[in-house]
Amino acid sequence: MEKMIEFKNVGYIYEKHEGAETVAIDGVSFSVRKGEFIGIIGHNGSGKSTLSKLINAILFPTSGDIWVAGINTKDHSRIWDIRQSAGMVFQNPDNQLVATMVEEEVAFGPENLGIDPKEIRKRVDEALKTVEMGEYKNKKPHQLSGGQKQRIAIAGILAMKPKCIILDEPTAMLDPAGRKEVIETIKRLNREENITILHITHYMDEVVDADRIIVMDEGKIAMEGTPREVLCQVEKLKDLRLDVPQITELAYSLQKEEIDFGCGVLTVEEMVDRLCQ
Amino acid sequence: MLKDVTIGQYYPTNSFIHKLDPRTKIHFTFLYIIALFTIDNFYGYLAAFALLMGITLVSKIPVGYILRGIKGLVFIILITVLINLFMTPGTPKFEIWRLTITEEGLEIAAFMALRLIFLVTGTSIMTLTTSPIALTDGIEYSLRSIPGVKKYAHELAMMMTIALRFIPTLMEETDRIMKAQKARGADLESGNLVQRAKNLIPILVPLFVSAFRRADELAIAMEARCYRGGHDRTRLNELKYNKRDVYAYFVILGMMVAIFATRWL
Repeated sequence: MEKMIEFKNVGYIYEKHEGAETVAIDGVSFSVRKGEFIGIIGHNGSGKSTLSKLINAILFPTSGDIWVAGINTKDHSRIWDIRQSAGMVFQNPDNQLVATMVEEEVAFGPENLGIDPKEIRKRVDEALKTVEMGEYKNKKPHQLSGGQKQRIAIAGILAMKPKCIILDEPTAMLDPAGRKEVIETIKRLNREENITILHITHYMDEVVDADRIIVMDEGKIAMEGTPREVLCQVEKLKDLRLDVPQITELAYSLQKEEIDFGCGVLTVEEMVDRLCQ
Repeated sequence: MLKDVTIGQYYPTNSFIHKLDPRTKIHFTFLYIIALFTIDNFYGYLAAFALLMGITLVSKIPVGYILRGIKGLVFIILITVLINLFMTPGTPKFEIWRLTITEEGLEIAAFMALRLIFLVTGTSIMTLTTSPIALTDGIEYSLRSIPGVKKYAHELAMMMTIALRFIPTLMEETDRIMKAQKARGADLESGNLVQRAKNLIPILVPLFVSAFRRADELAIAMEARCYRGGHDRTRLNELKYNKRDVYAYFVILGMMVAIFATRWL
C-alpha cells in the first residue's frame, strides 16, 4: 500500500536561549498508509504537537527524514505541495480563522494556491456541504459555536483537496456537543472521502475506533498498535499518565477481581456482549 | 459609548448605493473630499448639500442615523469654530471683553464648521453603505492601480481583514479579563481620570499578551494553509464593475463639476 507519511529516525531539538536544549522528538520512526485513521496520544509535553508541525513542514527535523506523500519535508522548493497535501487543524478555533465570513474563510486556502475563482466557488460549496455547514456560508465566524468553528476550519482544509489531515487536539477547547460534531466529521471524512487522518488528542475514547494508535512519551513512541492492543495494557498507560476510557477501566477492574473477562473492552456494546456470555 | 460612533458601521438596506462597486464609492468619497476643499462660497455648500441629500435618499438610510455621526465630533467642531471666530484679523464686528470677532472670522468659522460636518457625513455614508469586507476589497483593488503602493496593496488589505475579524474576539476577551480582574477585587469605576486610566493597566497587559499569542498562532495557521503573501493569489469574489457603476460615475461626476463650478458664482 502507498505510504502517506513516513518518519525515519526523526529527532527534533528546541534551542532555547543560552544554549539550553530540549529534546522534543527523539528517534521516532513510523509510517502511515493512505486512508488510515491514526490516533496519536500522549500527555502534555510528550512531543505530539511538535510531531504535527514536523509533518506540515512548519518545523524541520534536526536529524532524520520525513516524507509526506513521497516528498521529503527538507525539500524547500516543494514546501507548498507538502502543506497542500497535508492540511492541519489546530487546537484553538479562534486563532486559525482568518476571514470575516465563513465562505471567504473556506476559500482562503484555495485562494493562496492561486486556483481559478470558478473552481474555488465549486470547492467552497462542496467543502461546506461535506462538513454540513452549507447554510452558514454567509455567517461571521464569531457567530458560530466552537464545534462549528472547527468544522469550518476542517472545510477550509478540505477545499485545498488534501490527501491527509492532521488534527492537533481539535477538541481540547470544545464542549461535549462540539467534540462529538468534530469527531463524527473526521470519522466520516476518513470513511467516505478516504482521507488519511492523524488525530492527535489526549482523550483516549476519541480514538478507540482508529486503525492504529501511537502513544508518545518524552519524544519517543512508547506504544504502538491497534486500539485493542494498546488498551490491553492498562497498567502501562497509567504509568504514562494517560486516562483509559471508563468502560475499559471497568473491565480492567473486573479482570483484577479474577473474573475472566479478556482484555481490551473498548465500547459499551462490547461490555454488554461479554457480560452476557 | 461605542454605540454612538457611526463611522465604520454598516447599515444594510440593499439600495442602489449599497450595490455599487466599493471602488466606485471609494473613488467618489475621495473626489468628494477634494471638491469640498475647493468650495469658497455658500453656493458650493448648497450644491454639496443637495448631493448629500440625494445620495442619502437613494441609500434609504435614515437621516437621523447619519447625523448621529456628527455627535462624536461636536467638541472638535466647537473648538475649530471658536478659534477661527476670535483669531481671524479683519474688520471688527463685535467686541466681547478683550476678544474681537471680525466679519472675516464669522465667515471662516461658519465655513470650517460646514466643511467638517460635510466631511464626516459624506465619508460615513460610504462606510454605512459598504460592508467591511467589500470596503477592504475596494481598498485593495484601488491601491493596486497606484504605482509604488501596488506591492503593499494585498498586505494592507489582509491586515485590515484580520483586524476586522479579531474585533469581536478581542472584545469578548476584554470583557472576560475585566470580569476576572473584578473578581480579584479590581476597582474599575471609581477615582479621577488618571486613577481610572491606571486601573486599566491590569486589563490591558493580559489583553496584549493574549493578542500577541493569538497573532503567533494565526500566523502559523495561515502558513500551514499555504499563505505566501499576495503573489499569485486569486480571489473567490473578484470585483467587477457593473452598468450601474457607469451610471453612478456619470451622475456623480456631473455633480462634482457643479460643486466646483460654484467658485465662479
